[in-house]
Order: sequence, then C-alpha cells, then structure tokens
Amino acid sequence: MSAALLIDLILWGSVAAVGFIAYRKGPMVMTTSLREGGVDFIRIVPRIALGVIGSGYIAAVIPQEVITGWLGPDSGWLGVATAVVAGAATPGGPVVGFSIGAVALKAGGGPPQVLAYVIAWALFAFQRLLLWEIPFMPARFVWFRAAVSIPFPFVAAAIAMAIHKP
Amino acid sequence: MSPRTNAPIPLSEPPVDNPAPSSDAAEDEPRPGRARKPVGWSVITIGVLVAVSATLVWRRDGLAGVLDILTHDLGLFGGILPRVLAGCLLGAFISEILPHDRVSRSLGPESGLKGLLIGSAFGAILPGGPFTAYPVASALLAVGADFGATISMVVSWTLVGYGRAVAWELPIMGADFTLWRIMISLPLPVLAGAFGRFVYVRMYPKRGDE
Repeated sequence: MSAALLIDLILWGSVAAVGFIAYRKGPMVMTTSLREGGVDFIRIVPRIALGVIGSGYIAAVIPQEVITGWLGPDSGWLGVATAVVAGAATPGGPVVGFSIGAVALKAGGGPPQVLAYVIAWALFAFQRLLLWEIPFMPARFVWFRAAVSIPFPFVAAAIAMAIHKP
Repeated sequence: MSPRTNAPIPLSEPPVDNPAPSSDAAEDEPRPGRARKPVGWSVITIGVLVAVSATLVWRRDGLAGVLDILTHDLGLFGGILPRVLAGCLLGAFISEILPHDRVSRSLGPESGLKGLLIGSAFGAILPGGPFTAYPVASALLAVGADFGATISMVVSWTLVGYGRAVAWELPIMGADFTLWRIMISLPLPVLAGAFGRFVYVRMYPKRGDE
C-alpha cells in the first residue's frame, strides 16, 4: 500500500504546511484552528462510523447482477440513462462502485455505459451525498451541485462514443 | 467583522447557516459558513438503511456473515479516522489563513473562467478523500468563493483528483479504463462550474449581476 502511504504523507504534509502558515500569523490563529478542526472531527466521527461500518451491509444486499445486466453495449442512450440512475443509487465506498464497474466491463458492458455509471456514481451517489457532503457543507450547496452535475455523465458518455474510447 | 468591504456581492451566502442554535451551546464562537447541524434526517435515512440491510444479511448469512462485514468495516473505519482528522484540520486552517478578499476576488462570482480553472486545479491537487475535500470546499465557500468555483473544485476532486484513482480505480478498473476516464473527465469540472453559475444567477437573480 505504498500509494496510500504516499497520499497520507501528502495529506499530513499539507496539514503541517497550512498549520505552519497559521502559526506564523499568530499562535492564537493556530490554536483556534486546531480547536475548531478538533470540534469538527468529534462532531463528524459518529456519522462516519455509521457510514463506513454500515455501508458494507448495504453493499452486501445490493444485487450486483441486476446493475451490471443493464449496461450492455447495445443498450445505447437508454443504457447510459440507466447507468446514471444506477450510479446514483449505488451505496458503499470506493470499492463497491468500481467493483461493480469492473464486473460490468468483464460481463460485456458497453464502455460508454460503464463510464457513465462510474462518473455518475462519483458525482452524486446518494450515500456519499448524505454521509459525507451534507455533514460538511451547506445542504443548499450540496443539492445544487448534485443537480447541476446530472448532465455530465451523459456528456462523458457522448465523448466516449465519439472517440470510441476507452 | 468580515473584511468584505471591497468584495462584489457574494454568490456564496455570507454567514450561511445561522449556527445551529441548540446543539452547539457548548461552543462559544461558531465559525460562520460551516455546516453545523444536529443529527438530522440524512443520518436517520442511512441508519434505517443500514439496519434493514444488516437484518437482511443476518437472515441470509447468519451471525457469522454480520460479524464478517463488521470486522472488515471496523478495520476500514480505523484506517480512515486519522485522515478524517487531517481533513478537518486542513479545512479549519485553510478557512483561517486564506485572505477573504483575495479568495472572493479569485474564486468569487466575478472571477470568470479563471476562477473556475483555479477551483478545478485546486480540486485536482487536493490530497485525501471526502474527509478532506468537503471540509476544504466548505471553508472556501465560507471565505468568499462562489457556488460555481466551489462546484468546479468538488467535481474536479471527484473526477480528476488522483487520490481515489490511484488508490482504488487503477487496481480495480485497470489502467486503460482509468486513464481514458480521467482524460474524458478533464473538461467536466470547468463545464460543471460554468453551468452551476449559469443556473445560479437565474435561480437567484436578485444577487446575480453579470
């Protein structure tokens, strides 16, 4: 897991860097930030516990074949639309969405449809909206962002169809 | 209090959420613009879903199946916790150190294409997962970025950012699919931000001044 280690290093390195800048602006700025970050952390942990520990159960009862069966190469724009809905409805962490995408590809799913699925899931999977985005951000922004994101899996699928990739 | 004198009319709501009244009594000076809510319907929705799913797993696979998933996810949770802390600290530091007037100039409603590009670039290089991206995005909103630039940042983080791609997508989906997926996604953050602005000024015309 060297990639994960690298990402952790970058992450904590960034924290140290902005922490140092805050310290240069005054020790008060740093302690205030530390306290506010800590309070945010404590407040957010229960939700994350629920989400991370619970998503395994949600993923375990989702019938993957149903999702992958809809994404065939001949399914065209209807398949893309289905993929967008399926992406939004897919629960669970990164493993689940990508795994379903990989299964769909292996099972003969059309690449534009799978692409639309992965992008829709990345943009507005409902569980991520509820568990991650809403707790951290103003709800009005979250819904607005999700709504204006809706066209973009279709845009991506159109590009993929045009260039015949991936 | 806010050094926003020379800022244009901010699209991002200024001190957004009037700090959730009851639950936060313990905290004396809530930062403006950060989402602070008590346990709400979103948590309840997920809680019910989890409970139903866990029951289904239990009826299908018995207690062993339930414990299997529990131990696996507890491990995941333990691994994520330090990163969540890092993300919260990052968000808190950034909202303290970023100069509000500069942010609202370069990421605010008047920032044009450049603001969307800056937001996209920032989202693409931001380390970490949702535990980093959302606190930081929330901090940007609070210090004067508009919806458009913040949308660019969040969409760029989710579609172009390397964190999830390297850790999960590459091993699971393969390099070919992943690289093409990212290539095709490259224009989307700016488009999404522009579309967001386009809709925003029409939804809230009294604030929009193009």
